[in-house]
Amino acid sequence: MNEQKSKKLSRRQLLARAGKAGVSIAAAGAVSYLLYDQKGPTAHPEEKEVTLRNFSVKEQPGRTMSIVKGSDRVKTIDKAIELLGGIERFIKPGETVAIKPNVAFASPAMLCATANPELVAEVVRLCYSRGKAKKVIVTDNPINDPASCFTLSGIGKAVSAAGAEVVLPKDYLFRNTTLAGGLLIKNWPIFFEPFAKVDKLIGIAPVKDHHRAGASMTMKNWYGLLGGRRNIFHQDINTIIAELAMMVRPTLVILDGTEVMMTNGPTGGSISDLRRANTLIASTDCVAADSYGCTLLNLKVSDLPYLAKAEKAGAGTTDYESLKPLGAEVT
Amino acid sequence: MRITTVRRIHQLFIFVLFVWFCIVSTVGDKFWQIRNWPINWILHLDPLVALGTILSTGKFYWPLHCALGTVVITIIFGRFFCGWVCPFGSLHQFVGFWGNRKKTAAQKIRLNKYRNAQSIKYYILVLFLVMAAFPSISASLQTGLLDPIPLVTRSFQLVLLPIFDRGTYLTSVNVRYYEYGWLIFAVFATAVLLNLVIPRFYCRFICPLGAFLGIINRFSIWRIGKNKSECINCKLCEKSCEGGCEPGGKIRISECVLCFNCLDDCGHEIISYQTRPSLAGEITNPDISRRGFILSLVSGVLVIPAVRLSGKLRGNWYHKVIRPPGALAEEEFLKRCIKCGQCMRVCPTNVIQPGGFEGGLENLWTPVLNNRIGSSGCQLNCVACGQICPTSAIRPITLSEKLGTGEFAEAGPIKLGTAFLDRGRCLPWAMNKPCIVCEENCPVSPKAIYTQEFFNTIRDGILSVKKATGNTIETIENKLLPDKFATGDYYCAVEGGQRRKIVSNTENLIKISPDEQFEKIPAEGSKIEVQVRLQRPYVDIERCIGCGVCEHECPVSGKKAIRISAEGETRSADRKLLLER
Repeated sequence: MNEQKSKKLSRRQLLARAGKAGVSIAAAGAVSYLLYDQKGPTAHPEEKEVTLRNFSVKEQPGRTMSIVKGSDRVKTIDKAIELLGGIERFIKPGETVAIKPNVAFASPAMLCATANPELVAEVVRLCYSRGKAKKVIVTDNPINDPASCFTLSGIGKAVSAAGAEVVLPKDYLFRNTTLAGGLLIKNWPIFFEPFAKVDKLIGIAPVKDHHRAGASMTMKNWYGLLGGRRNIFHQDINTIIAELAMMVRPTLVILDGTEVMMTNGPTGGSISDLRRANTLIASTDCVAADSYGCTLLNLKVSDLPYLAKAEKAGAGTTDYESLKPLGAEVT
Repeated sequence: MRITTVRRIHQLFIFVLFVWFCIVSTVGDKFWQIRNWPINWILHLDPLVALGTILSTGKFYWPLHCALGTVVITIIFGRFFCGWVCPFGSLHQFVGFWGNRKKTAAQKIRLNKYRNAQSIKYYILVLFLVMAAFPSISASLQTGLLDPIPLVTRSFQLVLLPIFDRGTYLTSVNVRYYEYGWLIFAVFATAVLLNLVIPRFYCRFICPLGAFLGIINRFSIWRIGKNKSECINCKLCEKSCEGGCEPGGKIRISECVLCFNCLDDCGHEIISYQTRPSLAGEITNPDISRRGFILSLVSGVLVIPAVRLSGKLRGNWYHKVIRPPGALAEEEFLKRCIKCGQCMRVCPTNVIQPGGFEGGLENLWTPVLNNRIGSSGCQLNCVACGQICPTSAIRPITLSEKLGTGEFAEAGPIKLGTAFLDRGRCLPWAMNKPCIVCEENCPVSPKAIYTQEFFNTIRDGILSVKKATGNTIETIENKLLPDKFATGDYYCAVEGGQRRKIVSNTENLIKISPDEQFEKIPAEGSKIEVQVRLQRPYVDIERCIGCGVCEHECPVSGKKAIRISAEGETRSADRKLLLER
């Protein structure tokens, strides 16, 4: 210290020191300028919102809905899609496809609380073999633990074997959305990223009893796209299901009524909850599919207020008879 | 190759293997997921786990037989486990080496000299073993608090892995949370940082496993020692001594961790690994004073009865200590749980959490279910925790035992507790709002949550009819919120008691579903009531298994409106709630 004190500052040292001081001051000033925030924080910071694209294909009158009877899901789905014009009508070569089965619960396939793995795998195979799809992903945001749901339902294994990729709902795949004209879906996180990258979307759902909503079918299946604390929407279940039908415009929906969960839904848990109805529906109109599907649960369209609401919002028709559904029976 | 190089490669190999077993403790069937990886192998090698459970239960649980191998090899070769195997020891050794690498040889010799405080670990060992064994009325296995293998296992599995996996999502679909993870981290970080003060601080002063191996080290056939008497006492052999066992003088056999650094550092080839005793003499027994021994013995006898004065194992038991399916009754459970955290790591839903102090001091870091954390309560079709538990504190039950099917049909399903509904917070009960998410998600068949239908007249819901037709009612009041009653949950009750579903409404017109017809069209001036249809949930105690899916899903997210409490859990007869007929 003493040594330094006694020394005189040379000109060179003075200039160097002044230079360093100048740079430091300029840096402090520049950082302050760049980060300067005159407004302060707002109560609700705005987030960039996204919108799901419309995945539907051109309508072909008379080929909107098919109802196939039979106990073998692989055969009935092949026939149902064939009646609508074949998978080629929906999937163009080289396209990527997302399949959204109902994988809500970690329970075995035989209880039919989730989409049937063989059925989902067959749709994957159709997309690849006849539709010449480039890539098929299978995804859902289940209620129970996601990895366990895909494992225990058998869907993960079946679709992987068919060549599809399973996409689990990781936190960073969610984005906020607002439904135009919606009451409930406002600045709400949805499972978005997997669907942002695909060309086509196919929904697959079993027909299930649902104590709150009356029935869980293809429209309720889109509940799996909601993120966040989505359970609060149960306060107004009919509006949220109708809004989901407005928000999601799928290429095709498949409603599986081969075995129908008549009681204890939507979890089931016992084979005694199931009834064999041997019916499978494919449709480009999920309102029509569900309007037919509710009859398998011995319900009327008016028992499910969300159907009328979705129809009113233009998501489809409850008068499925007017679509002249194509029928067939396979054994 | 020098023996120290072989040792380093071996340590690195075991450490990498340990980290690999942590990573693969992920449920799944990929090669980097659990499959059949022996992820408990290092825990099973730990003789303190075996000895502790032998003392507390009087039995040698079969998967712990690996520990016998460790004991046998120690008796033949010395404390190889500390210097060659223990992943916690390897970590300490590395940090201690790195933190002190710039010190001079003289400083290092001072750093690595023997200290009297190294006997503390023996007192800790005696304390823990006496707690586990001595008063058979209140044996409690607490070795896991400081046993290095459970300690390092839970630190990696529950703290480091979730922190480092935040960006990669390799070991879980989403970020995992562990309550009291911070305390695990604090203990771990302190133990690691103490190496900067003295290398292998934890091993020398604290480690009860090291103490146990130190005691049996006196029998070892091969040991470090001087083979010539013409030593110049340069003390270089003590420069990197990991155990602080003073090989330059009378070597303290109990402290030697078999690092072999002294062999390397001795420039005169005086030190070797041999069967005959050191020519400079040796101290075979640990430096334990009679006073210290008696003190730790008496403490061990008194600690558990003192802790249990809280009554947490009797009438004052804490209702939120909900144990995983298959867990033994509390007293037996506390005799076996080593707080390793494997069940918490392997649980696919992340619902199993390291416990805190609320359930008593002994509850710390034992597995407790917290349904607010994780992806969905205790999953019905899962028994992973019991399959992984290294000491069978959680029995390896089968799915049919958990669900009460097949040969277990008569015993019924395993109950973890019972769901209690908080009617003061439940939306349909307290706020007249439809909900029943709990009922929907109840995985039991038939459901343990059932509902009853109620129709409640809403606030300001009594209106006067201006004009009514078959399916519409015009009201005198004209300030209704348009379509407020259009959710499908609202009904209109007219005089005479008939009730019909509302489809939609404007400010003064209510449209009614044409499904039914009025018995009598409401007269002008008569009153109608707008009612909300509610399905109010009830818990069927005979069906509820306490899985907590309802609590997890309840939309009342702060303090849930339905919560699991441990009453009725199968494992303890004295917490029974239901009268069985």
